[in-house]
Amino acid sequence: MSDYQYDHQTVKGFIVSSIFWGVVGILVGLWISIQMWKPELNIPPYFTFGRLRVVHTNGLAFGLGIGAIFGISYYIVMRLTKRPLLLPKLARFHLYLFNAAIALAALSLFAGMNQSLEYAELEWPLDIGVVILWVIFAINVFGTIIKRKEEQMYISLWYIIATVIAVAVLYIVNNLAIPAGLTKSYSLYAGVNSANVQWWYGHNAVGFIFTTPILAMFYYFLPKSTGLPIFSHRLSIIAFWSLVFAYLWTGAHHLVYTPLPDWIQTLAIVFTLFLIAPSWGSVVNGYYTVGADWDKMRTNYLTKFFIMGITFYGLQTVQGPTQAIRVVSQLIHYTDWVPGHVHMGTMGWVTMTTAASIYYIIPKIYNTEIYSVKVANTHFWLVLIGQLMFSITMWITGIQQGALWKATNPDGSLKYTFMEGLAKNYPFWQLRSVAGVIFTVGMLFFIYNIYMTIRKGKALATSQA
Amino acid sequence: MFAVVATVVILVGTIVTMFYPMLTPGMHPKLEKLMPYTALQLAGKDIYQREGCNNCHTQTVRPLKTEVMRYGDYSKAGEFTYDRPFLWGSKRTGPDLARIGGKYPDAWHYSHFEKPTKFIAESNMPEYGWLKDSKLDPSDIEAHMKVNSFPYTKDDISALASKTELDALVAYMQAIGTAVEKKPSLATVAVTDEKNPLEGDKKAHELGEQLYKQNCGACHGDDGKGGIGPSLRDNIWLNKDGDIRDGQIYAIIANGTANGMPPFATQLDKNKIWSIVSYIRHEQQKDK
Repeated sequence: MSDYQYDHQTVKGFIVSSIFWGVVGILVGLWISIQMWKPELNIPPYFTFGRLRVVHTNGLAFGLGIGAIFGISYYIVMRLTKRPLLLPKLARFHLYLFNAAIALAALSLFAGMNQSLEYAELEWPLDIGVVILWVIFAINVFGTIIKRKEEQMYISLWYIIATVIAVAVLYIVNNLAIPAGLTKSYSLYAGVNSANVQWWYGHNAVGFIFTTPILAMFYYFLPKSTGLPIFSHRLSIIAFWSLVFAYLWTGAHHLVYTPLPDWIQTLAIVFTLFLIAPSWGSVVNGYYTVGADWDKMRTNYLTKFFIMGITFYGLQTVQGPTQAIRVVSQLIHYTDWVPGHVHMGTMGWVTMTTAASIYYIIPKIYNTEIYSVKVANTHFWLVLIGQLMFSITMWITGIQQGALWKATNPDGSLKYTFMEGLAKNYPFWQLRSVAGVIFTVGMLFFIYNIYMTIRKGKALATSQA
Repeated sequence: MFAVVATVVILVGTIVTMFYPMLTPGMHPKLEKLMPYTALQLAGKDIYQREGCNNCHTQTVRPLKTEVMRYGDYSKAGEFTYDRPFLWGSKRTGPDLARIGGKYPDAWHYSHFEKPTKFIAESNMPEYGWLKDSKLDPSDIEAHMKVNSFPYTKDDISALASKTELDALVAYMQAIGTAVEKKPSLATVAVTDEKNPLEGDKKAHELGEQLYKQNCGACHGDDGKGGIGPSLRDNIWLNKDGDIRDGQIYAIIANGTANGMPPFATQLDKNKIWSIVSYIRHEQQKDK
């Protein structure tokens, strides 16, 4: 079987595109982090915080996240089914359409076309584009799996299938709207009901974009790069079914203490607490897999990426349920604690696992080795330090904010004005920007390493031809 | 087969927590006093969404004591019937806006959008004065009114032609949260004959000056001669044409007024309010 059949060009195309959009998203992130303490950096109309923040979140969730998921899922699906994609030309078209859609999405968000639904900000014409992209992805994934040459379906395929189904349902239902012109629409849902639909979507977008496809990568590339078989297939399957079952009940934990009916809030909190179990199923599986030979942490440079990644996943999935509890939500909801939480997941778990998967794939495609393990190690330590500094700083300031909002004088009056509370955030916000710079430098090491590996691979291919 | 099972498993929670509630009336309540948005207010809401204001401002007051004290009555489910979608937000970089309607006079909003630091020295809010340079597009807004099925007249629409985006945004600000009756603040104080206990205290006067500049100067003028709010050094206030006692000034600062002055009792304790009274009295001496 020739390598061409595996259609590596499309996989590589998605990976390189996702890195490009990742750089855009990260730089915008740095910019808005500085706007928080230096409002002069707001340049109206296109570059104010209100518009840039959605470019940051969409650029990274959809540009970096989904781009990498498309490419790496194609890679995993081909390998696990032992055949090329069902429709390689469609996959290539998928790649071009993806980049066109992300570019248009970024421009439309700069222009302020915004549905005001978190992580579903894009207006309806782009929503249709996203659905087309997703259908193409579904056709290729399902088609290839149905015609697979390997009878067994490894757990990674399960996670990819669940991702395809869940994201389709979530995205379509939440984005239903009545158009009022080409660039404006009004949601089909109103008020309290729209809040419930939105956070059913919002939370599960996290679940099925930042969790299940990343677990698919984790379960595939951890054994591949360490040479150690996964500790327990049974555990991975139990964790899978309980995770996809429980996830969809939990969205309303974003709406604790809002006018949403209490029973929906309480049910969401209960299921959120339950989610610790399946999440840690995967964490434990990862630890025991490498536990067969902890030396791999030293001898194989990718192992520590996966182990730190799954560790942050583990911390994330304990911290999240803790935040859902009413008494904790009271204190930290609406504060900077929440961005601290989110960035542990995205910078720690998602980016680390995805980067490690890319480190594995790119040399494989070119039949070579990574350009420099040293550069990869530098990348690892910088993003780790940057992310920890970011999250810890935000947790501290979040608790402080929550406490100042609640503080009262002996006579019962509020102790601090809103502004007095805000002013105390400035040093923390400045520190967060520093953390962002450290993380970004780490990512530049990663990009340099990938670029040099591709260059090396291309040179090798020419000399062999 | 696997895909079908997976779909069913995923849909259980979706149906119970999302689709089923949607069919119940509890998810579609409407307060009696809630009015559909006017054309100008809707245009303002569209701008609020376009500028992503909801990235930094929430619009839901939680039923927590300190939150109700800071912002006003907690949010009711029936207040959001005309919001497609809801604009509750998820982060309070700036304060909650659920009870902003009627809290300040229009002039305050215009001036604050133009330069937030004029009112709140350390504010990190971007300036939005540039919105007054763009005129509204009446035909666009009419189409938006139709999609929402909000009632309007031809005159409402033609009146928009002379309005700016800033006019619309201020109109929207003043509409937010007004379907709920304004309750007297939890900290309302009665007017008393009490004399200022800090009278003549130099420290209090200094603290009062600082607090006045932070909280009062932007509306009443740093010199107290008025601006958005009335002068505090005219003949009535100087007691040449009136008889305003310390206890009355205290109550006005604490409770605010119906004419658009917000209450300060939830932000400033007794000592601080009396200090401001001291400072105002001290400044008035200059005119006597």
